[in-house]
Amino acid sequence: MSTAPEKFELTPENLAAAKKIIAKYPPGRQASAVMPVLMLAQKQHDNWLPQAALEYVAKLLGMAPIRVHEVASFYTMYNLRPAGRVQVQVCTTTPCWLRGSGAVVAACERALGVACGGVTPDGRFGLKEVECLGACVNAPMMQIGDEYYEDLDSASAAKLIETLKSGGKPRPGPQSGRKTSEPLGGPTTLTTLRFGKDA
Amino acid sequence: MPKLTIDGKLIEVEAGLTVLQACERAGVEIPRFCYHERLSIAGNCRMCLVEQERAPKPIASCAMPVMDNMVIKTDTEMVRKARRGVMEFLLINHPLDCPICDQGGECDLQDQAMAYGFGRSRYDENKRAVADKYMGPLIKTIMTRCIHCTRCIRFATEVAGVEEMGALGRGEHMVVTTYLEKALASEMSANVIDLCPVGALTSKPYAFEARPWELRKTESVDVMDAVGSAIRVDTRGREVMRVLPRLNEDVNEEWISDKTRYACDGLTRQRLDVPYLRKDGALRPMSWNDALKAAADRLKAAPGDRIAALAGDLSDAESMFALKELMTALGSPHVECRQDGAFLPADSRAGYLFNTTIVGIERADVCLLVGANPRWEAAIVNTRLRKRHLMGGFTVAAIGPALDLTFPVQMLGDGPKALAQIAAGTHPFSQKLKDAKAPMIVLGQGALARPDGAAVYAAARKLGELCQREGWNGFNVLHTAAARVGGLDLGLVPTGKLKDVNAILDAAASGALDVVYLLGADEIDMDRLGKVFVIYQGHHGDRGAHRADLILPGAAYTEKNGIYVNTEGRAQLAKLASAPPGEAREDWKILRALSEAAGKTLPYDTLADLRGALVKAHPGFARIGDVTPSSLGSYSGPAGSAMDAPFAHPIANFYMTDPISRASLTMSHCTEVFLNARAAKTGTHG
Amino acid sequence: MALQDKDRIFTNLYGQRDFRLAAAKARGDWDGTKEILARGRDTIVQQMKDSGLRGRGGAGFGAGLKWSFMPKKSDGRPHYLVVNADEGEPGTCKDRDMMRHDPHKLVEGCLIASFAIGANACYIYIRGEFAREAENLQTAIDEAYDAGLIGKNACGSGWDCDLYLHRGSGAYICGEETALLESLEGKKGQPRLKPPFPAGAGLYGCPTTVNNVETIAVAPTILRRGAAWFAAIGRPNNTGTKVFCISGHVNKPCNVEEEMGIPVKELIERHAGGVRGGWDNLLAIIPGGSSVPVVPKSVCDTLLMDFDSCKAVRSGLGTAAVIVMDKSTDIVRAIARLSKFYMHESCGQCTPCREGTGWIWRVMERMVRGEAEPREIDMLLEVANQVDGHTICALGDAAAWPIQGLIRHFRPEMERRIAAYRGQRAAAE
Repeated sequence: MSTAPEKFELTPENLAAAKKIIAKYPPGRQASAVMPVLMLAQKQHDNWLPQAALEYVAKLLGMAPIRVHEVASFYTMYNLRPAGRVQVQVCTTTPCWLRGSGAVVAACERALGVACGGVTPDGRFGLKEVECLGACVNAPMMQIGDEYYEDLDSASAAKLIETLKSGGKPRPGPQSGRKTSEPLGGPTTLTTLRFGKDA
Repeated sequence: MPKLTIDGKLIEVEAGLTVLQACERAGVEIPRFCYHERLSIAGNCRMCLVEQERAPKPIASCAMPVMDNMVIKTDTEMVRKARRGVMEFLLINHPLDCPICDQGGECDLQDQAMAYGFGRSRYDENKRAVADKYMGPLIKTIMTRCIHCTRCIRFATEVAGVEEMGALGRGEHMVVTTYLEKALASEMSANVIDLCPVGALTSKPYAFEARPWELRKTESVDVMDAVGSAIRVDTRGREVMRVLPRLNEDVNEEWISDKTRYACDGLTRQRLDVPYLRKDGALRPMSWNDALKAAADRLKAAPGDRIAALAGDLSDAESMFALKELMTALGSPHVECRQDGAFLPADSRAGYLFNTTIVGIERADVCLLVGANPRWEAAIVNTRLRKRHLMGGFTVAAIGPALDLTFPVQMLGDGPKALAQIAAGTHPFSQKLKDAKAPMIVLGQGALARPDGAAVYAAARKLGELCQREGWNGFNVLHTAAARVGGLDLGLVPTGKLKDVNAILDAAASGALDVVYLLGADEIDMDRLGKVFVIYQGHHGDRGAHRADLILPGAAYTEKNGIYVNTEGRAQLAKLASAPPGEAREDWKILRALSEAAGKTLPYDTLADLRGALVKAHPGFARIGDVTPSSLGSYSGPAGSAMDAPFAHPIANFYMTDPISRASLTMSHCTEVFLNARAAKTGTHG
Repeated sequence: MALQDKDRIFTNLYGQRDFRLAAAKARGDWDGTKEILARGRDTIVQQMKDSGLRGRGGAGFGAGLKWSFMPKKSDGRPHYLVVNADEGEPGTCKDRDMMRHDPHKLVEGCLIASFAIGANACYIYIRGEFAREAENLQTAIDEAYDAGLIGKNACGSGWDCDLYLHRGSGAYICGEETALLESLEGKKGQPRLKPPFPAGAGLYGCPTTVNNVETIAVAPTILRRGAAWFAAIGRPNNTGTKVFCISGHVNKPCNVEEEMGIPVKELIERHAGGVRGGWDNLLAIIPGGSSVPVVPKSVCDTLLMDFDSCKAVRSGLGTAAVIVMDKSTDIVRAIARLSKFYMHESCGQCTPCREGTGWIWRVMERMVRGEAEPREIDMLLEVANQVDGHTICALGDAAAWPIQGLIRHFRPEMERRIAAYRGQRAAAE
């Protein structure tokens, strides 16, 4: 699916999901559903939106195609051309940069054999530098598909990519051993609480 | 009414005004790029920033509503700095190509940079380049010049009603485009060129043709339809270089249709510039004297009732008046201005006018279109209907073929049957009309130019009576011909036994006529003229000239001073912007000369004399620019029985409706892009 | 004295425990919600005002006051609560923890706030990248529906409250409340002109309150424990607890809930393991997310982390995201990277931001190398000032402030680089 198809349709399951989404908004406000429905379409179509998908969504929601195109071109999570079935997105904004996102980018480039912005020749992986993903106390980090991988360094980033390449599923979250956003070595707060039924 | 202080001056303005508008009332000019009073407020250019006392930041005056006791300052260091800053930002990525830019000399950016900007640039980085976009045969784009004011997007979406323009991407990568770079599919598309404050959208047909200061500007009116849009004709030497809209709040506001704007290149093609006489089947040039003598001989030789005259759709009132007087002098009762055969009684003026008026549409709450497609027959009227639609609480219904008017239309039927039901009160919509505060019915020529026109007209008049309210006349005839109302006002309807154009053509075919005089009449079926001797007076080598036996070359609407009465009954002046080509002459002069040659000299030597006689006979023509309301009254004309056949819209191609637009290369490009290409696409896809 | 665990609101900030309803209830969520609602709209709004809670999204506008702007009676248009969960301010990752680990606090807060502003529908706009957070939050919403806590007759209160999750698609600007509303309506996230403000015409043109996740999520606890309890924490006009995000050059970056007004040094040393290489190795911090001006160590020595204290040093508490930079930091590059961020995130709608953010970034890139004229520092500042305060929304200001902070405190470093670059050039020639 790397060439633009003439036709696009949501699968029956996705169409049902789209209708559920549309129902979240008041009658006549179905345009509100454009972003989530575009995302459904993108996931169905190997992670990118061909023109036919934009027009399908426009028709489904009673919108002018130009309005849908505007939306799809405005938000960074939509790909208007093939971007790799698995997207590796490394955050390089200041909090991540301060903690070595440059090395993470380099490691990913080496491991994937493509530069940032590129797609592997088999169309499987796309590598992208992105802006702040909102996990700054676990910097540097990257997002692969829906998962966040945090507390990275050059070695752990390379390892992650290798695992993915060989079909494995690396464990999301901090790769440093700490838990979520607590300080490394254990929390300095929330240590004195006990809750009845909560064992 | 809120009172506020602007630059130290206390002023009271209506509530709901913006600070920018209040400043204008106070005589304080506020620079702006994105703001346009006929479009929604975007507030994005930031050029109109002013200082509001006690506000920490400068405010966008275009978007800020006035409030009581506001203190606004427009001449402070804060404001000057803000304007300088915005100017600088607008210019850093704007190319320095004014010398080769068609906007040069009439560019808001240029003017305001002079007035409010720095004299130099501090920007040392690379400038942005943006790929140009295809927007159709009329709009040339140089998108690097775009300042993202979004006026074009808002015009397309709001006024033209075609949601095809947008801005893709974001930040400094945002680009204005049409969807997939398709041509902007609107009859009003080229207005975006006027709206563009810079040289991003310029006129494609006019590209590199002239500089504004080389042009002579003549204020006139348009004749491409019966709207009578206010236009400015820009000429260089004898050539019409371009046509632009003029402001007329009552008619076209500040818009014109693409045909009004761009048919003008047809003025230089296929022109009749010398008289011709057909000899041995071929037209041969000849002198005026010989031509007039030949015409006069024919007319003198024919008994009056074996002569007929048809006035065409572009004829000025003066020449129609002269034609009628000449024909009367020659004893012919057969003078007809309804060359499409529309049933339009000339006796009651309110019976053939657009009585609601164009501006009156804004007060209507229900509109019924009968056999009319205003989008093609009067794009300006359609624009006003759309404006009314956007105001809310407006129902539009139609009888006739399917319509795409850019706003919702409820279809009530396709022909006279539905009309009869509504008129008889047996259709639910009758009640809707009765209940409406300001209902209007719009009767199109497609409903009248048919064998049962009389029956349709009678039913429509009945409906028209339902659309009368105190101070409100909701009966409207939508004309398509610029000359038509003037012709009806002047009584250019046959009074003899040949009742209409069809009777005249049948008589011609059967040999019952000797001479048919066509005053710019090109819209009849020339094959029906039989062997009659045809004198064609007009400006283009179009259908009439091809059939003619004798051609008297006349003047087009930009080449003469003439009165045109629009569909509302508004008499307006078209002005001579340049002389007719070659030996072509103003039309009233030709008729005056012919009358002399025929021994029936018309009693006026100057246009002023002619107008004096015309106004004396028809005082309404003296009220230039105004509409005189007239009441509808009851109707007792012929009815006859209606047919089942559905109504058909008279215009098959918006871009080519008359000899001028048919000669226009630009209109032929538009036809190719907007009609033929689309038809081909539908053909292969459907 | 530091905040004690018993006064912490987000008792599952780190996800040490289950996020779901049963566990949340055990932690005290949904306790007496019906009774809180029974106090009535006016009382709830007044108590929120009394608590002194200032909006946690960055601007610090009084939460109770904002709620009070909503029409008391509907004119026929529905009211809406919209929760801004489009967390994207660089340095900030607090809402994320609340949504993935303590979502019931937010869900309960949505009900109470909706009730308090007369809304029967609430939309939570969560940034698109937060997939797992959206999952947990949706789970919590579904649980709350199933348990009758929201939906028809929520908690048996007689009030109907529907709660919907809406996922964004990648645009920092949608964190601006009117851009968020545009986006929620299915358009590009371009901020609206104000007035009208959302309380008058917001979502779908209806009266709308937009609040940050944290603002809404703390409301139930405030109302349960009392406005006085919350107001007693922190300092006057800067009351309550706050979740801080400490990132950058610290030994143990983390999120932590602390008292407002805690000295930044104490915050970093107590919870984040101190500055890498010790306090004296500190160069500067950005105290409230990328948008606020950087402050040097000399200021940090005594800086208290609250709205008024940060403002007093010409910075801001913002989202309370503390970005720490030690002396190894290339401060010009650190700020230049933020300039790139703002250029990338500018919506493009208004002139100063669209054109200015790119200009600023390009000059900053040269400043990083020192490839500039000394007078260009002043020009850069002027350009930043030409953006600041001249745009439709605050993104323009946010793009300008880091530059203003940099030049205010690190001009000598910029000049040094320019001189060094010239020296190199001269040596090469």
